[in-house]
Amino acid sequence: MNRFDSMFSRLEGERRGAFVPFVVLGHPDLEASGRALDLLARSGADAIEVGLPFSDPIADGPTIQRATTRALAKGATPSRCFEVVARFRSSHPDVPLGLLTYANLVVRPGVDAFYAAAGRAGIDAVLVADVPHREARPFAEAAKSAGVAPVLLAPADAPAAALEAIATLGEAFTYVLARRGVTGVRSELHLDHARTFDALAKLGAPPPLMGFGISEPSHVRAALTAGARGVIVGSKCVAILDREADEETRLAELGRYVASMKAET
Amino acid sequence: MSFDGRFGEFGGAFVPELLQPALDALDAAFREASRSETFTRELEGLLATWAGRPTPLTKLRRLDVGGARIYLKREDLLHGGAHKTNQVVAQALLAMKMGKTRLIAETGAGQHGVATAMVGAMFGLSVRIYMGAVDVARQRPNVDRMRLFGAEVVAVDSGTARLRDAVNEALRDWAESYPDTHYVLGTAAGPHPYPSLVRAFQRVIGREAKAQFLEAEGALPDVVVACVGGGSNAIGLFADFIEEPGVELVGAEAGGRGSKVGDHAASITRGTLGVLHGTRTLLLQDEEGQVAATHSISAGLDYPAVGPEHAHLAATGRARYVAVDDQAALDAFRKLARFEGILPALESSHAVAAALAIAAERQGARLLVGLSGRGDKDLATVMAADASTEGSR
Repeated sequence: MNRFDSMFSRLEGERRGAFVPFVVLGHPDLEASGRALDLLARSGADAIEVGLPFSDPIADGPTIQRATTRALAKGATPSRCFEVVARFRSSHPDVPLGLLTYANLVVRPGVDAFYAAAGRAGIDAVLVADVPHREARPFAEAAKSAGVAPVLLAPADAPAAALEAIATLGEAFTYVLARRGVTGVRSELHLDHARTFDALAKLGAPPPLMGFGISEPSHVRAALTAGARGVIVGSKCVAILDREADEETRLAELGRYVASMKAET
Repeated sequence: MSFDGRFGEFGGAFVPELLQPALDALDAAFREASRSETFTRELEGLLATWAGRPTPLTKLRRLDVGGARIYLKREDLLHGGAHKTNQVVAQALLAMKMGKTRLIAETGAGQHGVATAMVGAMFGLSVRIYMGAVDVARQRPNVDRMRLFGAEVVAVDSGTARLRDAVNEALRDWAESYPDTHYVLGTAAGPHPYPSLVRAFQRVIGREAKAQFLEAEGALPDVVVACVGGGSNAIGLFADFIEEPGVELVGAEAGGRGSKVGDHAASITRGTLGVLHGTRTLLLQDEEGQVAATHSISAGLDYPAVGPEHAHLAATGRARYVAVDDQAALDAFRKLARFEGILPALESSHAVAAALAIAAERQGARLLVGLSGRGDKDLATVMAADASTEGSR
C-alpha cells in the first residue's frame, strides 16, 4: 500500500484533511534542505511534496524560481537531491513523499532510470509539471513499473475527457489546481470546483489535494469545504526558507507556520 | 505536414495540463483556417498590401563566389524587416477568430516582437512582449520600435536573461491569461500545433523562392541554405524543397565563439534529446538534464533548442546542419554590405557564411539563401566587434 493511501485512510478516521507543505530540494542548500524536511515532518505535515530543481521551471512563479536558481547554484543536481531524500526516508519511514519535476529531468536519464532512482530514494509519487494527460502514458507506465505513483494535474476547467484520463492514469492523489497561472502566494482565493471534484469522484480518481495559491489558514478551510482531501502549500514555505535570517530563526518560523496551517485541517 | 504534432521521435505538446485546452482551441482554429478560402484571401491580401509580398530574389553581383551563382530570398525587405511578419499576421487573424483581444510574445533579436507589436497596432490588439534583459541591451532599436507601436516590453531578468527565459516568462503569462490572450509563439518550435502552424504560414517564403529561382535559372537550386535558431525561416524556405530529392538542404546554426558548452547555440550539431518549451527535440543540456547556457553574437539564434521538424530532418539525413561561428557571420555581414549594398541581420549572416563556404568548394553550384532579416538592428554589435578586433591587432 502506498504511503499516501495509508495517510488518507488515517485522516478519514480522524475526519481531517491533509496538510502537505512543498519545499525545493537543495534549497537554500543541500544540507539545510535535509534539515527543513525533518522539521516539516516533526511540525505536523501529513506528507511532503518536494521539487527537483530544473533550470527552466515554466509552471513556477518568482518565489519558487528564485529558490530553484539558488539550489542549482549550490549544486542541487538530481542525484544529490535524491541523496537528501534517501537520508530523510531512512529516519522517517512512514511520511509520504511526493516529487514535483519537469519532463526534461525525466527524459534525460531515461524515463525508466529516472523513476527507478526516485523509487530507490524513497519517493512515493511523482508529478511531472509539463506532461499533460495526452503525453502522460509512457511516464505513468514507467512510474508504475518502478513502484512509484504517477500524479497528474487537474485544472478546474479541464474538459471531461481530460479528467477521465487523469483519473485513469493517476495514483496516490490528484493534484487539483486552485486557480489558473503559476505557483505563488495569493491573498484572495475564489474556488469554483464542485464540478471538478464531483467528476473526479465519479470517475474513481485518486483523492484530490488542492494547490497553487494556497497560503493562508482561511484558504485551507475553503479548499476542504469545496471538497479537497487536503492542501499543498508551496510558495509560502519556500519564501520562509528563502529569508535573510539564520537557519534557526527560519526553521522556527516554518514550524509555527506548518502547525498553524495543520490546525485548520 | 504533421497534424498530430509528431516529427518522427520529436515534437508533441509538453505543457502544464492547464494550457492543453488553449492549444486545442488554436489547433481547431488553425485547421479551420487551413480549409477556408476566405481566411487565405484575407491573409494573402494583408501580406500583399500591408507587408509587401512577394519579396524579391536577388542574385549576388560583385561578391567573389568562385563561379557559383548565389541568390538571396529577400525577407529583409518584408515589412518589419524580417520574415517574422508572415506568420504573425496569420496568428493575429486566428487570435481574433478565437475571440482573443490580447497578444503576448517572446522575442530574441526583437524581430518577432516588432512584428507582433506592429500587427497588434494595425488590428487594435493589446500587446505585451517578453525579451531577455541581455537582448534588450543589444537590440535597442527594436525595443524602441516595439514601444512606438504601443507594445509593453518586459525585460526578463531570470535565468540567463535571453530568448529562452523570455519564452519561459511568456508561458507563465499564458498559464494565467489564456482565456482572453493568444500566445504568438515566434518560431517553428514549442508545443503542437505551433511547429506545424508556423511552418504552414512561413511556407510562402519557399513557395515564392522556388518559382523565382526557376524563372531566373531555369532549374532548381542545388543547395538551399538558411539560418536556424528555432528554425522558422529555415522550415519556411525548406518546405517546398523537401520533396525535391535533388536539392540539398543546409541549416546554419550559431557556432558562437567555440565548441565548449556555453560558448555556442548549435543545438542540432552538438545537442542531445530532451524536452524544452513544450517539445521533444535536440537540446543543449548537461548530463542530468539542466538546460545549458548559450552564446551567439546574434540574439535571434541564441537559443538552446530547435524546432522538432529540424531535429527530424537532421535525424533522417534529409537536411544537413552546420555550425557557423561568430567571426564567420561577421565576415559575411561585412562582405554583403561592402560588395552587394545589403545589410543582412546577424542571424541571416550565418546562412550567407555557410553559403559562401559551400560555394568555395563547388564550382558552378546554384545556391538559394534565405536572407531572413535586415541588419540595421545589429549595427551596435557589429561596430563593437570591429572595435575589439582593431584593438587586438
